[in-house]
Amino acid sequence: MSVDLATVKRVAHLARIAVTEDDAERMTGELNAILGFVEQLDEVDVAGVEPMTSVIPMAMRKRDDVVTDGGKAADVVANAPASAENFFLVPKVVE
Amino acid sequence: MTDLTKLTISQARDQLAGKEITATELTDAYLSAIDAANGALNAYVKVTHDKARAMAAASDAKLSKGEGGALEGIPLGIKDLFGTEGVHTQACSHVLDGFEPRYESTVTANLWADGAVMLGKLNMDEFAMGSSNETSYYGPVRNPWRSSREMIMTGKPVTHAGEGGFAGEGSSVRRERVLDNVDLVPGGSSGGSAAAVSAWLCAGATATDTGGSIRQPAAFTGTVGIKPTYGRCSRWGIVAFASSLDQAGPIARDVRDAAILLRSMASVDRKDTTSVDLPVPDYEAALGRSVRGMKIGIPKEYRVDGMPAEIEALWQQGIDWMRDAGAEIVDISLPHTKYAQPAYYIVAPAEASSNLARYDGVRYGLRVPGKDIAEMYEKTRAAGFGREVKRRIMIGTYVLSAGYYDAYYLKAQKVRTLIKKDFEDVFAAGVDAILTPATPSAAFGIADQDMASDPVKMYLNDIFTVTVNMAGLPGIAVPAGLDGRGLPLGLQLIGKPFEEETLFRTAHVIEQAAGRFEPTKWW
Repeated sequence: MSVDLATVKRVAHLARIAVTEDDAERMTGELNAILGFVEQLDEVDVAGVEPMTSVIPMAMRKRDDVVTDGGKAADVVANAPASAENFFLVPKVVE
Repeated sequence: MTDLTKLTISQARDQLAGKEITATELTDAYLSAIDAANGALNAYVKVTHDKARAMAAASDAKLSKGEGGALEGIPLGIKDLFGTEGVHTQACSHVLDGFEPRYESTVTANLWADGAVMLGKLNMDEFAMGSSNETSYYGPVRNPWRSSREMIMTGKPVTHAGEGGFAGEGSSVRRERVLDNVDLVPGGSSGGSAAAVSAWLCAGATATDTGGSIRQPAAFTGTVGIKPTYGRCSRWGIVAFASSLDQAGPIARDVRDAAILLRSMASVDRKDTTSVDLPVPDYEAALGRSVRGMKIGIPKEYRVDGMPAEIEALWQQGIDWMRDAGAEIVDISLPHTKYAQPAYYIVAPAEASSNLARYDGVRYGLRVPGKDIAEMYEKTRAAGFGREVKRRIMIGTYVLSAGYYDAYYLKAQKVRTLIKKDFEDVFAAGVDAILTPATPSAAFGIADQDMASDPVKMYLNDIFTVTVNMAGLPGIAVPAGLDGRGLPLGLQLIGKPFEEETLFRTAHVIEQAAGRFEPTKWW
């Protein structure tokens, strides 16, 4: 499979990365090189093979359902580019 | 006075415990070395002078009372991927500008609890995506190693570095190895870690390995690097790249130091659901145990087309060393080896595209304003991520998008099951460890044209290491020789899950036979 310019632009939008026309054209070539490389997998017979979900056979350990942390709102927003009163500030999303 | 930065961790540990040196002296020696060398090597992106001195003073107080921990007073460098409280943590990306976490990663917390001293944060490929350290927002790291050639010198001896120079009685003709003035990459993504360890800018370093990012740079710099079994070191507080593949591990000057560091880094951590509930053994105790009767597998699929003769010869030398030490050498087959890389370049970007979705200009790091929130996201990510990171996010987004999930991601995860089964089959047949080359070549030049023009060619650096991540196994790279240009080459040993002790034991045999390798100082 290969991608065309329109697909690259669509994927860039899905990935929330602004691309120029030049970027998109360059990426089309790069992505097709990588997709060409991974095409080798078509040679492998995977009939009846389970997809890997955990590389070490173990059940996911779950935490006890108790509060162990909290009260750190100031720490949570400490690195925000814009915040006020322990809220993150973003451009207006609702008119 | 001897140069304190030349001490290994085990030597420094003994001298600190014996009060022959202080942690403050040792730390100051490293800080001076970093200040003098970092302009040339660019291994550190942040040096924490004050914190290092404060930690060293605290270590001296403990050592004077005989209370030191396992790493008391040992100065370490930390890869920029590890969250360090109140200290620069940016995965060497522009998108994390100014980020200083309010938490400490479990691995670094374990090191500080054992008394280690933090010298600073180490350069790396952006978000650990790369094999040359050239994708870092902070620029490439220069490898402390340079190629060299033998020259016939006549006349007055010159003072520049060289080894093995000789002169006959009364003769003014001699041979000398002269360094080429060409910058080489230290490998990646843990390029800063490997360069700093190799150039005596830290006693040891933390690193991470998703497809070879500990072992390839270790091989390129003549250092020892181990990627432990998935689940051995907690991933909590480490910036995530590909969560099902990422593992932390040490880069060190020798096998013993790597064993000492891993024992402190590894733990069972409730905060990481994939942390495995097994006690951490004393890895150092495994060194020196005989390998007599062990079965070492040699996989035929690793004899790839176009492999340089020097790599081939190094591998054979490693086989001979293991046989001489009493191990039994067996030929094995890992039939799905060639599919590990294509599967990796689906799985890793897919997980990365998901993990890197969080960098949106809202919670931390860079923000580029836009007319609405969607445009702010898109502009922030366009400006904040470098080319390689964007490329991988794009591939990941594409293979996970509607209609392609089964064809790519699901298929790759099935192939991964087959790759793991290859290893399980040979281990079930009695093989204790597998010996391979660590990399398909020695270090290459910064801004290598072939690599720059073809992303796939750069990816092939991981050809011998990536299978190990896909199967979750431990792997160690150990220096085994120099190529014809005087550059270090490494061998890799792959073990069964949680049998890191076997790797330290076998790698130690290679180290004993091969000797140690140090760069000639030019910086």
